Amino acid sequence: MNEESYSQIFINACLVNNFVLAYFLGICPFLGVSGKIDTASKMGAAVTFVMLISSVCAYGIHAFLVAINAPFLQLISYIVVIASTVQLVEMFVKKMSPSLFKALGIFLPLITTNCAILGLALFQTNKGYDFYQSIVYALGAGTGFTLALILIAGFHEQLEYAEVPKVVRGTVLTLMVAGILSLAFMGFSGLGSN
Amino acid sequence: MKIEQYLKIRIMSNLAINTDQSKSEPSSTDEFIKGLWKENPVFVQVLGMCPVLALSNTAENALAMGMATAFVLLMSNILVSLLRNFIPKEVRIASYILIIATFVTITDYVIQSISVDLHKSLGAFIFLIVVNCLILSRAEAFASKNTVGKSIMDALGMGLGFTLALFSLGAVREVLGNGSIFGIALFPEGFQVWVVMILPAGGFFTLAAWLLIFNMFKQKSTTS
Repeated sequence: MNEESYSQIFINACLVNNFVLAYFLGICPFLGVSGKIDTASKMGAAVTFVMLISSVCAYGIHAFLVAINAPFLQLISYIVVIASTVQLVEMFVKKMSPSLFKALGIFLPLITTNCAILGLALFQTNKGYDFYQSIVYALGAGTGFTLALILIAGFHEQLEYAEVPKVVRGTVLTLMVAGILSLAFMGFSGLGSN
Repeated sequence: MKIEQYLKIRIMSNLAINTDQSKSEPSSTDEFIKGLWKENPVFVQVLGMCPVLALSNTAENALAMGMATAFVLLMSNILVSLLRNFIPKEVRIASYILIIATFVTITDYVIQSISVDLHKSLGAFIFLIVVNCLILSRAEAFASKNTVGKSIMDALGMGLGFTLALFSLGAVREVLGNGSIFGIALFPEGFQVWVVMILPAGGFFTLAAWLLIFNMFKQKSTTS
């Protein structure tokens, strides 16, 4: 079992080891989607939501797989459960709160192919977090993901008006901005440790 | 269902480059070559970025990751193309993911049996091959519509293209960030290494630089 305190886990997942800027997880949608702060924050909220649910599910699956002694099924069951959870969450949200469903729109189903979700489930298993620690970890990772997405979207909005050479526009520019942000986030290292 | 729509959009935009392919039947060698240059998964299609950035800190990691991905891509392409007439259309994405996940688990155990150190340094990223958009998009866009032979050539080309791209990133980062390649020191004692290159930020910068070079080539060939 892992002995880290909740605040340590949160700061670690959110700032020090930011999922986007330090682990490069969830880059695919982030290179495509992040253009406006508004959409970025919605995407972040959707990801955080799914992260919380899949983290709880992953905890349960792991306990079950350990009980029946079948670790080789870990990956397959994780991916299947995450994919079906996203589908279930989508149906549930659609039924319970159509306005929220509309606000999240295409982002909800898109999340299945987001590596940050599967990465979270795998990391929390590797680190041996207990139930509450897993939830805090998911919250931290989600917040960090949203933060990075919003920051990059903010840069994007400003750079729309800048005169950038044509070759640099698009993915290259986003990558450079992400690199600079990643450097800035290096400043947080050591924050969550004792 | 929306996932499929998304994938379709994604694949359409990625394959916009090769729409002219349908006019003349391409040979197997064409399928192989296109992955290396014209449709390079990393530099042209910008697919599967997570492992590209995370595991290109040394040339060895990059090569191992590239080969693991290429293996999974090859096996899943073969199986998907063999089963292409048996998988119902409604559940095809789920079936592809299951097929891919199976081969990734096999790869994980193989790497663990070859070298425990390598397995440790690749970490959870071996499992994350499952959600690599490259493999799913090849299964959906190519293997599910083509014969086994062509799918093998496609997978080999794309896999090699992916490995080469990863290696070119990893080599640059290791040479500059560590002063060595494959662990062999290149520079005399006094060389000041660029620590930033092996940090996460270096990954973003190196990939940006490579993409910039590719863009410049592309621009030059369109203007002239």
